[in-house]
Amino acid sequence: MMFLVDFSVIKPDPGLIFWSTLIFATFWIIVGKLAFKPIVEALKKRETDIQNALDAAKIARSEMEDLKEENEELLAKAREERTQILNEAKEARDYMVAEAKKKAREEAATIINNARNDIENHKQAAIKELKMEVGNMAIDIASKVIRKELESDQSHKDYVRKLVDEIKLN
Amino acid sequence: MRGKFLALIGSVSFFLLFGQAILSAQVEEEPSPLEEVVEEVYEEKEFDPGEKAIGHIVDANAFHLWTDYFFHLPAFLYAPDFGWTILPTTSRFETAEYGHGTVAIDKYVMYHGMIFRVPDENFPTETVEIDGFHYDYQTDEDGNEVRNIQVVYQGEKFDLDTKSTVDGGFFGGQITSYYDFSITKNVFSMLLVFFLLTYVFLKVARAYKKRDGMAPRGMQSFFETIIVFIQDDVAKPFLGEKYDRFMPLLLCIFFFILTLNLLGQIPFFPGGANVTGNLSVTLVLAMFTFFTVNLSGNRHYWQHILWMPGIPVPVKLILTPVEIAGLFIKPFTLMLRLFAAITAGHIVIVAFVSLIFIFGNAGESLSGAMTGVVVAFPLTLFMITIELIIALVQAFVFTILTASYLGAATEEAHH
Repeated sequence: MMFLVDFSVIKPDPGLIFWSTLIFATFWIIVGKLAFKPIVEALKKRETDIQNALDAAKIARSEMEDLKEENEELLAKAREERTQILNEAKEARDYMVAEAKKKAREEAATIINNARNDIENHKQAAIKELKMEVGNMAIDIASKVIRKELESDQSHKDYVRKLVDEIKLN
Repeated sequence: MRGKFLALIGSVSFFLLFGQAILSAQVEEEPSPLEEVVEEVYEEKEFDPGEKAIGHIVDANAFHLWTDYFFHLPAFLYAPDFGWTILPTTSRFETAEYGHGTVAIDKYVMYHGMIFRVPDENFPTETVEIDGFHYDYQTDEDGNEVRNIQVVYQGEKFDLDTKSTVDGGFFGGQITSYYDFSITKNVFSMLLVFFLLTYVFLKVARAYKKRDGMAPRGMQSFFETIIVFIQDDVAKPFLGEKYDRFMPLLLCIFFFILTLNLLGQIPFFPGGANVTGNLSVTLVLAMFTFFTVNLSGNRHYWQHILWMPGIPVPVKLILTPVEIAGLFIKPFTLMLRLFAAITAGHIVIVAFVSLIFIFGNAGESLSGAMTGVVVAFPLTLFMITIELIIALVQAFVFTILTASYLGAATEEAHH
């Protein structure tokens, strides 16, 4: 019997079962092994790669933050040091200038003193010479005057000289 | 199932023919004895959308293109009392109008793109010309009037055998005089899907290798979203850590069913084959799930089925048979769910399109046909949309249930 209206889709057909099994098994073996397995592995690998990259980025970020803090600390320190150095330099300069001024003043005073001493010495020497000259001149004059009265009397000569000495040339 | 459906559709049937009115304008030939037989019988019977619907969802040995043109496929037929009959294509049957063959080869004849066999011993085994086909009406076991078809050879009528089915008479099938191992419409569609998916996914896999460490692109990124969806929303929740072991199977099941479902929605060649709406195919898919689940089941799984720990013995005595029955019920429901959803969708679409012919008195009334179009168009459009959703949902459901069974079978003891 062959009916035109045959709901044959519900009847398991050995031929169709055979071909479906063969085709699906082949599909599973070929596409499952050669395509889906590598794809799933690649997806898994990418997932771990992304996770690793994210972790690494996180670590790098925290490291960078640490570094930044360190840098800032270093910078602050450097700034402090600079101020200190500047201050020190200023102090040193001031001290040096003051010292130099003091030294100059002292030297100037020494030079002046020396000069004054020299002048004094020269003056004394000159006065001494002048006194000698003047004594001699006075003796000459006196001798000339006295020669007339006291020709070559030694006591007179000494007396005269004593008189000359007593003369202050001030 | 069939009786119910026919009762539903039959209430809106009218007394006129369908095929002849559509095709007679295009086929202008000398009326052959075959045509006369067909015409005479067609006029007796009203247009039957149930018949049309079933005609559209069943498997066939040749792919119907349009009007009288068929895409012929190879045929491998086996009759235990004769041996193998192998035909390069079914065009050997020299089909005329409606895909009815004009010759019989090794007792095989082609009727509307389908091969049947004449079991009668008096029918010649060599290639012979046949006169045509004859119809008469018989009442089947559900009380419906159905057309019985016979082949006419030299004025004598011979009964025809349908191919063997292994339901043991449960669905009205039986072991008959021959087995059909042909590349049928369904097998052809599966092969098409097989080659298409193999090509596509090998290409995608190559892209992953070639573009390692780079962002996905093109086809790769299109399929990646689907693969990642299956991975994160189907495999991982049920299978946990060892999801990657079963990912290839889950993806194979999902893409195979989805592509076949979608291909079945296309109403013209190479689509239109009702593959996932055929119980044989869903049976095979469910079998793959069944064997994978039970072959990867661990001690914990079997212990829970055979002798559930931690409950009193009387309860165990009840529970164990239930659990063992559950082993088989699970794949059985997988098989039925997919089959029923897809087949029902196709039948409803054909029924809605049939409204055009019912309203138009099968071509006699143009205004009636136009009314039919107005009514049928939105209904069909709606149904096609629903079917697209069903195509996705059924593929997804099959995959997620497989994942859940696999998860139960491989779950480690946690108490």
